[in-house]
Amino acid sequence: MNRLAIPKTYKLYIGGKFPRSESGRVYEVLSHSGEFLANAAKGSRKDARDAVVAARSAFRGWSGASPYNRGQVLYRIAELLEGRRAQFVDEIVKSEGTSDSDASAQVDEAIDRWVWYAGWADKYVQVAGNANPVSGAFFNLSVPEPTGIVAIVAPQGAQSLLGLVSAIAPALVAGNTVVVVANENAPLSAISLGEVLATSDVPGGVVNILTGSPAEIVPWLASHADVNALDLVGAAELDWVDLQISAAETLKRVLSPEAGEDAAAPALSRILAFTELKTVWHTKALL
Amino acid sequence: MKFLDYAPAPESRALLNLKDDYGLFINGDFTAGRGTPFATINPATEQHLAMIATANEADVDAAVSAARHAYDGVWSRLSGSDRGKYLFRIARLVQERARELAVAETLDNGKPIKETRDADIPLVAAWFFYYAGWADKLDHAGVGPNPASLGVAAQVIPWNFPLMMLAWKIAPALAAGNTVVLKPAETTSLTAMLFAEILQQADLPAGVVNIITGDGMTGQALVNHPGVNKVAFTGSTAVGRAIARSVAGTDKKVSLELGGKGANIVFDDAPIDQAVDGIVRGIFFNQGHVCCAGSRLLVQESIHDDVIERLKRRMQTLRLGDPLDKNTDIGAINSAEQLARIRELSDLGQQEGAERWSVDCVIPDNGFWFAPTIFTNVATSHRIAREEIFGPVLSVLTFRTPAEAIAKANNTPYGLSAGIWSDKGSRILAVADKLRAGVIWANTFNQFDPSSPFGGFKESGYGREGGRHGLAAYLKPALRSGSRSIVAAPENTAAPVSKKTVSAKKAAK
Repeated sequence: MNRLAIPKTYKLYIGGKFPRSESGRVYEVLSHSGEFLANAAKGSRKDARDAVVAARSAFRGWSGASPYNRGQVLYRIAELLEGRRAQFVDEIVKSEGTSDSDASAQVDEAIDRWVWYAGWADKYVQVAGNANPVSGAFFNLSVPEPTGIVAIVAPQGAQSLLGLVSAIAPALVAGNTVVVVANENAPLSAISLGEVLATSDVPGGVVNILTGSPAEIVPWLASHADVNALDLVGAAELDWVDLQISAAETLKRVLSPEAGEDAAAPALSRILAFTELKTVWHTKALL
Repeated sequence: MKFLDYAPAPESRALLNLKDDYGLFINGDFTAGRGTPFATINPATEQHLAMIATANEADVDAAVSAARHAYDGVWSRLSGSDRGKYLFRIARLVQERARELAVAETLDNGKPIKETRDADIPLVAAWFFYYAGWADKLDHAGVGPNPASLGVAAQVIPWNFPLMMLAWKIAPALAAGNTVVLKPAETTSLTAMLFAEILQQADLPAGVVNIITGDGMTGQALVNHPGVNKVAFTGSTAVGRAIARSVAGTDKKVSLELGGKGANIVFDDAPIDQAVDGIVRGIFFNQGHVCCAGSRLLVQESIHDDVIERLKRRMQTLRLGDPLDKNTDIGAINSAEQLARIRELSDLGQQEGAERWSVDCVIPDNGFWFAPTIFTNVATSHRIAREEIFGPVLSVLTFRTPAEAIAKANNTPYGLSAGIWSDKGSRILAVADKLRAGVIWANTFNQFDPSSPFGGFKESGYGREGGRHGLAAYLKPALRSGSRSIVAAPENTAAPVSKKTVSAKKAAK
């Protein structure tokens, strides 16, 4: 006789905690074949604002952590994800309707992507910054620094876990903190990733995950004055031109929507997209 | 004349032969604009200098077409080393005609000749010389092997450093292989038109650089033109916002260098006399018409009175007057409009309760002038502590601890520049780490160099000008590493798109 299973309550992930939506709303998440899987929290404007507050409070610590430390924390996510492969494969098979082997391949690639980006944490500054040979008695150095809070619309296509990881990992490398709106139709792996993050060494608030309708939530993030950048990689189906227009109000750094399975492909440029180059002139004594 | 007064030492205007009127520079030739021409005046005397053409939409269209034609037909096919040779020629021609350009700039802008002669024009030549050498080395620009140019760049520049801003825009654009349509500011078009003559002397292929003059409408038409691939703007944050809105949904690459409210932080262990000179350089250089000006002085409470006393004494030695005089420190405000804004905000500072002190100096009868002014007892909530005044007006605030200094310095939507004055190296490094600003000067201020990237955090804009990073603003990677932007590319500029999926493993190799 089969044991009666205990289904999980899927909630939001904000500030290192798992609250329900303050709105009290949920929406039905269905499997690929249309069966009920879960009631996911339907995030609201207030949830989005709470997430921004959490991301802002976490920014100082995360951006101030040593690059070696950030690299290890990101690598630790890969370690924990590896340990929970089966759960993610299972969720992906159910919600995306893919084969076991395709789902496994997706989880493997998501794990490897954390590893790839983890390795950049203590290197991108060397690659993207440099000393500048200015005329005069100065030591002049340019280094990239994190932009701040990055709001991300996760890819809404087939590969829900890989898309999410591909979008949030590069923003985290430099020390940004993130508010991400998950894949609307396949949000389960996003919330499960939140559980991985919560039990890894990622400080609360560094990644905040909202489930619900991107069309409803993202406009509040695009116009939020304390959000510094907007990654619209998964916003192709939204009114993304309007989102860009509201992002212009506080001159947010904006990445455009991308289509296809290779959206948010791994690249150093994704890390650098959410960095600001700081140039410091130091006076030299005239000897 | 009193003992130790200076005798007048005006620079000669003789080597400058201005025309009565200047047309638009399109496709290598000067043509009449189809809009209504306007006069450009000397802001120090309000005397008429020349008539400047206005480009209407048809002219903008012609300029963009000329740039596109030159891009497709000539410039994108030229080798990097040949592009570089044209830029080297331009650098040399600027050096040869440096004095003439300095005089013209001072007449048209109102800034002192010692600044145009020793800062603006030498930096123009340096900028072209620096980027000339990059033109055949783009593989090392930091955007991957074989980077591609963008196409036609629309560039709109401000009036505070007219020719210097032109150089900051045109030199990297051409080195990277783009062609250009540039619009100078309405009140300072003159040196751009002299520069067009230099381009003719350099025999730069027709249409590679087009210079169109006019007011904000001309700039708007240029930025919004569907045929441009890149928009580079330096100016106010308000206009920058409008540009960011107008390019939404397009494939235009944008760089914005906008306003600032730079904090100049003086710690109690700073060499005070040097700091005082740095404060003066930070806010009174170019009449304070500097986006990266150190317009907020944050001085440690224990040395506040001493610093302010010495600052006032130093300010009394500033010589305000004829910009062509080689001894002049403070020239004219660029326009009546700007003068009105400076007056308005300064009056507001008084009304809000800050204490105003201005240099006691003779203000010339004609022209636009504003005596160097400082406000003490300024609160962070005062408008003069928050808004960019863009004039010779300094707001002084105090702090007790480094943490308070950092918090106050960062308490602004801007993030362009900052200064740190301290004798303690470890403190400078720690404070510099925590300031959210794109350019930080330690024990100096307002230094510029073509090899040094310049640009802002937050609402001071995005993108960098200068250095290797300034080049990247005019380039794109040869391939977009597999991802596909869904934004439609304008005609002739379709980015090469990879059809196959790139896996993490492949990219990791």
